[in-house]
Amino acid sequence: MWRDNLRGIYYIALKDLKTYYLKGSAVSWGIVFPITWILAFYLRNPQDFKELVPGLIAMTILFSTTATETVVINFELRLGSLERLLLAPIDISAVLLGKVLGGVVFGFVMTAVATIGSVVMLGLHPNVLYLIIIIIPSLFVFSSLGAFLCLTVREVFEAQTLLNLPRFLMVFLSGVIYPISKMPLALQYFSYLLPLTYTVYGLQLSFSAASSKMVFLYTLILTSFFMIFTVPAVMLFRKKFE
Amino acid sequence: MENVIYVKELTKRFGDFTAVDGIGFEVRKGEVFGFLGPNGAGKTTTIRMLTGLSKPTCGSASVLGLDIKSEIINVKKRIGVVPEISNLYDELSGFDNLLFMAQLYGVPRTQRKRRAEELLKTFRLYERKDGLFRTFSRGMKRALAIAAALIHNPEVIFLDEPTVGLDVVAARSLRNLISNFRRQGITIFHTTHYLEEADLLCDRVAVLVKGKILTIDTPEALKSKTNKKSLEEAFMKITGLEPDVMAIEKGK
Ligand SMILES: Nc1ncnc2c1ncn2[C@@H]1O[C@H](COP(=O)(O)OP(=O)(O)OP(=O)(O)O)[C@@H](O)[C@H]1O
Ligand SMILES: [Mg+2]
Repeated sequence: MWRDNLRGIYYIALKDLKTYYLKGSAVSWGIVFPITWILAFYLRNPQDFKELVPGLIAMTILFSTTATETVVINFELRLGSLERLLLAPIDISAVLLGKVLGGVVFGFVMTAVATIGSVVMLGLHPNVLYLIIIIIPSLFVFSSLGAFLCLTVREVFEAQTLLNLPRFLMVFLSGVIYPISKMPLALQYFSYLLPLTYTVYGLQLSFSAASSKMVFLYTLILTSFFMIFTVPAVMLFRKKFE
Repeated sequence: MENVIYVKELTKRFGDFTAVDGIGFEVRKGEVFGFLGPNGAGKTTTIRMLTGLSKPTCGSASVLGLDIKSEIINVKKRIGVVPEISNLYDELSGFDNLLFMAQLYGVPRTQRKRRAEELLKTFRLYERKDGLFRTFSRGMKRALAIAAALIHNPEVIFLDEPTVGLDVVAARSLRNLISNFRRQGITIFHTTHYLEEADLLCDRVAVLVKGKILTIDTPEALKSKTNKKSLEEAFMKITGLEPDVMAIEKGK
């Protein structure tokens, strides 16, 4: 049973990667967009560029994992091909996890490009272990968040609009470009409700010379966010086929 | 004989509307069972419940002795389904669609390619195997949807209006295929609006109207009961669609 499900997750993710993620629009959302943004900040303030690297990576994670989820979920629901998948002997939760995994793998590649690119260009020395234990759970968090939001609406365009809400909220309030410590107190509290905050904190630690146990706490928090988004996503998905 | 499909008081409601209303029937092993009824009768809804795409509001059913509520995954492994719409992947080629289905159904790695190619040949799609599904004609899409349902050698096949859009040759070869399946002991659950086709193929048919089964019998018995020469005429009489038709004809 679990073998069937694992096989299903793998092949669904693989199929999505081949058919959607290798298309230009996914790549542009996933990486060109974050780079353009960061570049805009760089031009304003070139000497602080190193400080923007964690934000750049965090944004790449956020945008690349959610780049084509509206297509793999809403569009396929509309065409009926997602329903065709459900005729296969795999659990509905495995179908959803396959969709989430597709976003994760695509996000991983994009994030690796952004991370390695900035490390090499700026001659940085990050803590690789920290990078891994922050980036991997973050990819799952934002891919599952995207899946969850897509399942709350019916149409592709609705999902696209809905996805922009957390994207921009988090870009502004999670310390990507503006430090949380300089925000008004109420917003600071609010930022702790946003998963990207922990991604940014964790990445900042990865790029600082200090070693800190806090990074494991961030990993734990991020993993919890993944659960918090996945469980209702599976429930919503099941409900569509009742 | 062994019952492969067993349905008891199966009901589906959408809000206040009852689409399937407490139906019950059995399908035996190796039988071709026709599920007939006018548009909106509840045929597709019944197939969706039996194949795990929709939850019954109440009642129970089993396929191959497995309960559709608690053991649906094991049911799915052993059944093939041709849905009402040919909903394979537009962005994949004919061959890749079949390969993907083989992967999902756990067809052994070494057999996937061969099985996909065999089916493409059976359905006269081999020359277009690398063409995208999106570029297929309606009938070619239908044929590929049928091929996809057979990839894992199912023991029971659910066909929801399989011949819609097929040309004469393809429809004929599907009928031959169904006869072959029958000889191999594969059970077929088949909905169609072509009553001649049902008459040719089906061992027994159920007539469904407004979510209720009016009668279940062999095509021969239905014809003799209603005193009609064709199953189509018998169907008209059973469903009560006949008087209206007569009225229209009288009126003109
Ligand atoms: N998801 C749904 N929500 C509400 N009503 C539905 C839903 N699915 C089906 N119905 C209704 O249930 C009834 C039966 O539909 P179904 O598709 O089973 O008919 P059918 O016998 O397959 O008809 P056809 O021959 O046209 O394919 C119809 O009145 C239809 O409108
Ligand atoms: Mg139908």
